Amino acid sequence: MIAVRAQGLTVRFGTVAALENVDVMVNEGEALGIIGPNGSGKSTFLKTVAGLIKPESGTIEVFGKPPRDLPPGTIGYVPQVEEVDWHFPVTVWDVVSMGRFPHLRPWERFGAHDRSAVDAAIDALGLRALASRNIAHLSGGQQQRTFVARSLAQEPRLLLLDEPTTGVDAATEDALLALVRGRVRAGLPVLMATHDLDRASEWFDRMIVVDRKVLASGDPQAVLESGAYTGIREHTHVHGHMRT
Amino acid sequence: MDVLLAPFAYDFMQRAFIAALVVGVLCSVMGTYVVLRKLSFIGDGIAHASFAGIVIAYLRHANYALGAGIVAVLTALGIGFVNRRGGVSLDTAIGVLFTGAFALGIFLMSRAPRYSVDLQDYLFGNILAVSSSDLMIIVGLGIVVAIFVVVLYRPLLYSSFDPIVAQASGIPVPVVDYVLLVLLALTIIVSLESVGIVLVAALLVTPAAAAAQLTQRFAQMMALAVAIGAFCSVGGLYLSYYLQSASGATIVLLATIVFFIALGLRRAF
Repeated sequence: MIAVRAQGLTVRFGTVAALENVDVMVNEGEALGIIGPNGSGKSTFLKTVAGLIKPESGTIEVFGKPPRDLPPGTIGYVPQVEEVDWHFPVTVWDVVSMGRFPHLRPWERFGAHDRSAVDAAIDALGLRALASRNIAHLSGGQQQRTFVARSLAQEPRLLLLDEPTTGVDAATEDALLALVRGRVRAGLPVLMATHDLDRASEWFDRMIVVDRKVLASGDPQAVLESGAYTGIREHTHVHGHMRT
Repeated sequence: MDVLLAPFAYDFMQRAFIAALVVGVLCSVMGTYVVLRKLSFIGDGIAHASFAGIVIAYLRHANYALGAGIVAVLTALGIGFVNRRGGVSLDTAIGVLFTGAFALGIFLMSRAPRYSVDLQDYLFGNILAVSSSDLMIIVGLGIVVAIFVVVLYRPLLYSSFDPIVAQASGIPVPVVDYVLLVLLALTIIVSLESVGIVLVAALLVTPAAAAAQLTQRFAQMMALAVAIGAFCSVGGLYLSYYLQSASGATIVLLATIVFFIALGLRRAF
């Protein structure tokens, strides 16, 4: 079944085009890698799939519907860690438990299934020892794992990851890779923006190179060997930095 | 014991204590969101904007609270609308709308036949003037706000901490934000007669800010803020009774002292 279908997707911020005429399709049980230089539209694409940004033209469908028409809890989104206030008075357990909130009606109690989903996500990300720790006292990698755990606790039908390996140590990256691949094997579709090109073949079934438009698409190895990737890499080196 | 009970000999003091308790609790609950969302400016803004409603009600011989309430809610919704649809930052939207509404109040007052002392009560608060019908409005609105805060506890918490992911996961964040603004407006209206336009922002911010110094859990922060807010409102009213001082100012001064004690405790431990 098709999980995500973008057709002719164009997104503009004022007069600046962030995405132009993008066509992407992702099936269930498939991990799609999205690579591109600084400001290429990777995060914009993920946010559009999540229903956070309305496209100017074209269509985006998740499981056959516009993202905003989906039942709550369908899309799990892991943003870059710097997008929240890490001094907010909550613990790791509190944050992970928020993943259950979309499934709960206001008057519903936080039930046994909700607790077990939160506990399972905490254990899967190796956060048990940190569960009662305030989030202000986490390292960058621990913050990232907390965000991923929250998205897993949500039990989404689609997972969107925005550079989850940025700033994490090798052990955390290994753990995230194993976890994501396990979920993909179980049928979860995953879209992930990344700069981690060295292990692209391990992470993804397919990959696209984005620089406002889709420049290349296909098997990770083939994309890495394509001219599109080389162009991106040279562009990145010339400009001296990658997107953070 | 007589010292504690003496003020209750008067009906108006009994009403004042109930009003102070409701206002202290409500402001502290809403203040928790105000502080965590970094919206301290908004309490000031909505309170000042409501002045226009009070003046219009005064000129039309209508109920002041109703006039203040309508303008406060409209201003709160206007702030949300200008922020979301106009692409204007929240602090700018607050600054523009509240000064505009406040200026409208002053404009209308300057054209009024004569200046009313009643209006001054709303600027600086006079909790001793709370009538039985005022008290019913305060308690009634307080119950409405409390019900919404309990029912929307999870969406309010999630959209305060991480609005982007909350929205992506299906929480209707814009609706939650508008509801929060309306609840804030109602809380401010409830508080106006007690502490006045000038000081209501302090009652919204200070107890929650003091609580934030003492705990790192959201629910504990809210509970502690409520305890501090109730203590300062009731304690401040007692102090004002014995010191013969302005009630609103005494309440806010006590809250300020508690804030610095909490700050000291956090730094000491």
